[in-house]
Amino acid sequence: MMKKIIAKREIDVNEEGYLIDFKQWDREVCECIADECDIVMTEKHWEVVEYLQDKHHKEEPLSIRGIKKSGVINIKEFYHLFPGGPLKKSTLIAGIPKPKSCI
Amino acid sequence: MGTKVKKMLFILSKATIENVYAAFVMANGARMEGIESEVFFTFFGLEAIQKKKLDHLHVATVGNPAMHIPTMLGGLPGVEALATKMMKKEMEKLDMPPIGEFLEILSDSGCKLWACKLAVDMFHLNEEDLIDELDGILTIGDFYNRADQEAAQILFI
Repeated sequence: MMKKIIAKREIDVNEEGYLIDFKQWDREVCECIADECDIVMTEKHWEVVEYLQDKHHKEEPLSIRGIKKSGVINIKEFYHLFPGGPLKKSTLIAGIPKPKSCI
Repeated sequence: MGTKVKKMLFILSKATIENVYAAFVMANGARMEGIESEVFFTFFGLEAIQKKKLDHLHVATVGNPAMHIPTMLGGLPGVEALATKMMKKEMEKLDMPPIGEFLEILSDSGCKLWACKLAVDMFHLNEEDLIDELDGILTIGDFYNRADQEAAQILFI
């Protein structure tokens, strides 16, 4: 576990930068992490982040196939909104663990 | 940050389920890591992008020691179909998409899908026999040109 200053606060993260305690996540933290990924949050980004957090809290595994079926966003848009590894980046921003799935 | 590999190019020459999924999982995995990916379908690999055939691919039960089925048994009628059914069931449990849906996912993810011109001619196929997501029909030379950049890897499956 490491500490990282995000939005002028000390946040607990793992070695890849993923938040360890979701309670430390809020919109301000989210925007700062997004900024580090060169992503400017739009309404659609927030919608996706909320969807991912909801799935995580229900302990449902995340996958690209799940995104396709989500009804929130399609895969093309998902890649467009979170360039350079969409599920990796979006979960980082959403303050939830990186998915372990290979699909 | 970042990875040394920037582009993965796969040549799929077989149409057994295990080979097709190996190529698709790796091509999709590349996109998910922010790596460019492309698949070139040649010879029997073309079955995976033929509208009429892609839902009917099988696992190889003959000449595949890892199946732990005696080769003689593997050749009996129905054995290959049964093994295929069982494998598809296991894959569904892992939320692995069927071939057709996987091709849609790959295409939407920005993975380029190419058919080999020589193989298309050899099997007397037309463009309408192939999936709508196909990006085109290429010669192997065209495909090599697509790999002509730094940190690109070609893998033959």
